[in-house]
Amino acid sequence: MKSIKTLIAVVALAGLASSAAFAQSHEREIPPRVTWSFSGPFGTYDETQLQRGFKVFHEVCSNCHSLNKIAFRTLAEKGGPGFTKEQVTALAATYKVKDGPNDAGDMFERPARAADFWPAPFPNKQAAAAANGGAAPPDFSVIAKARTYERGFPWFVFDIFTQYQEQGVDYIASLLPGYEEAPAGVTVPDGKYYNKYFPGNIIAMPPPLQDGAVTYLKGADGKPQAPETVQQYAKDVSAFLMWAAEPHMEQRKEIAFRALVFLLVFAGLLYFTKKKIWANVEGHA
Amino acid sequence: MSGHSTYVPKSAVGKWFESRLPIMGLIHSSFVVFPNPRNLNYFWTFGGILAFMLVAQIITGVVLAMHYTAHADMAFNSVELIMRDVNYGWMLRYLHANGASMFFIAVYVHIFRGLYYGSYKAPREVLWILGVIIFLLMMATAFMGYVLPWGQMSFWGATVITNLFSAIPGVGEVIVSYLWGGYSVSNPTLNRFFSLHYLLPFMIAGVVVLHIWALHVPGSNNPTGIEKKTDKDMLPFHPYFTVKDAFALSCFLMVYVWFAFYIPNFLGHADNYIEANAAVTPSHIVPEWYFLPFYAILRAIPDKLLGVLAMFGSIAIMVVVPWLDTSKVRSGNYRPVFQIFFWLFAINAVILGWLGSKPPEGMYVVASRICTVYYFAYYILVLPLLGLFETPKSLPASIADSVLGKGGSGSAMASGAAASPSTKG
Repeated sequence: MKSIKTLIAVVALAGLASSAAFAQSHEREIPPRVTWSFSGPFGTYDETQLQRGFKVFHEVCSNCHSLNKIAFRTLAEKGGPGFTKEQVTALAATYKVKDGPNDAGDMFERPARAADFWPAPFPNKQAAAAANGGAAPPDFSVIAKARTYERGFPWFVFDIFTQYQEQGVDYIASLLPGYEEAPAGVTVPDGKYYNKYFPGNIIAMPPPLQDGAVTYLKGADGKPQAPETVQQYAKDVSAFLMWAAEPHMEQRKEIAFRALVFLLVFAGLLYFTKKKIWANVEGHA
Repeated sequence: MSGHSTYVPKSAVGKWFESRLPIMGLIHSSFVVFPNPRNLNYFWTFGGILAFMLVAQIITGVVLAMHYTAHADMAFNSVELIMRDVNYGWMLRYLHANGASMFFIAVYVHIFRGLYYGSYKAPREVLWILGVIIFLLMMATAFMGYVLPWGQMSFWGATVITNLFSAIPGVGEVIVSYLWGGYSVSNPTLNRFFSLHYLLPFMIAGVVVLHIWALHVPGSNNPTGIEKKTDKDMLPFHPYFTVKDAFALSCFLMVYVWFAFYIPNFLGHADNYIEANAAVTPSHIVPEWYFLPFYAILRAIPDKLLGVLAMFGSIAIMVVVPWLDTSKVRSGNYRPVFQIFFWLFAINAVILGWLGSKPPEGMYVVASRICTVYYFAYYILVLPLLGLFETPKSLPASIADSVLGKGGSGSAMASGAAASPSTKG
């Protein structure tokens, strides 16, 4: 128990210290920390948030961004958005995928099945770039782990103890609403936009989200589950992308805790065994 | 491998087998009755930890290889399939990737322990040199392993490091084209790196056998650095050191679990989750953390060839450490001036690591140069001169005396600290 208390104290102290990190000035604006349900040693995904995030991805992002490595079936797997198998099969059926060759040697189109991977919006990278002003929209499968910002010394040391590893999602959640007028003296080329969180600030993606653009499911009181605002959309879709990048996170953290408890008990037993064995050696405790 | 061959098989089958292949007797004399100095502290448990890590890396690696596809077009995707669709594939991959880091943490503790307690000094020079060879093989293995996921940092790290060999006059270009299997880092490079990444760990295992063999001839050094005088100085390996090593390993595994299961990407780079793209250079190419001090040395020197020589020299120089150190006293515990230089050296190595992660510009380059000079000066100037001018503290009469001594430092072993038995007491 004592070690847990000490651990909590250390974590709290390190947390305080690392939040002070954001007072530091950097070339590029540091994304503010978002409180995520999946952070920390016992973090789990919030199913309703992932479902909302999926809705944002499905209705907005997926028009340009692929999600190549995610199969429809994973949307119904444990530790994810918690859709039912029927929902996923119905969703997959709304997409067409190319299959074949059939017995006659022809390629054909058929409705997607749950086992199929998410179809890309463009047939290839060149088509994606051509349709988007020359910049191909990146694939979203692991983007939450493929983006980050520099923590710097000593904050990265504290991150070991606080387990802060949500730099990628924090960045995405700030980037999406992070568009603003370019400051005086900065010229934004035609077809590009100014975003204070994007490295270099000049981004090819137009502001993707508008307030009210995605309708959330209504709760019992007739109001949407969450505010239909750009800020909320950004958070929800970021959470969804974190799940897409790390679909086994809940299982991983569960196993981590069990393994640590086991090792703690095992090491404790070994410690006392060692003391007992060494007790008869003169000069050793 | 030495030690007392007191093994007597109990069963008839045992006797029959032992008279034909005396392997049980070898194991018995090497790992059961083998005498170890009684005063070993917890820094001596890292040899066992390293043996464990090698086996762990080989097991996770062999299973990963069953699911991995070594092809430039498919490698990145096959790693993601391992992460998503292979049963516990995420666990295997995170254990293997973080296992490499844990392996290096343990090996650095092991190396610094050797440097502090003078474990490289006669009669353990060959043991030490075999260790340097293992370290080099580990670096080659880890480097090639990092290329396999075929992310941006894999690709560009491979490009930077393989290009270093082109600095070698005359044969440089040829070596590089053999490393690449083409005119740039591409599919043949990935294929040969995968092949070598699978081969080298077994070479490491072979050299580890020699390393343990060379250890068992003179036996372990110890915190006092003095040799065994009587049997009172020693304890049998089992049960005293098996249980101690097992306890230390369990503690080490907690750190391993923390990284591999809670913060599995902390020691990696976000850029490596972007598939390799020869047309896009990452803004800042950085090797894995365990290479950073050497990377800093490379970049501290403005000339490419000299930089490469300095980088490889920084490891090669360890081979001659046994002859550079002129001190008659092995253990740093009895060398007050040495201690200062040693800890400066350790801090210097950490700072070099930090500098290796920074862009090579401005103050970072200046600091890298100062640290590089100290790195080499420690070996070339401090170790030879200190042995001539330093007056060491007086040594205990024997290992047993250091434990049972008047200073009452009896709990030195259990405390886990660098046992520094005061002989003046």
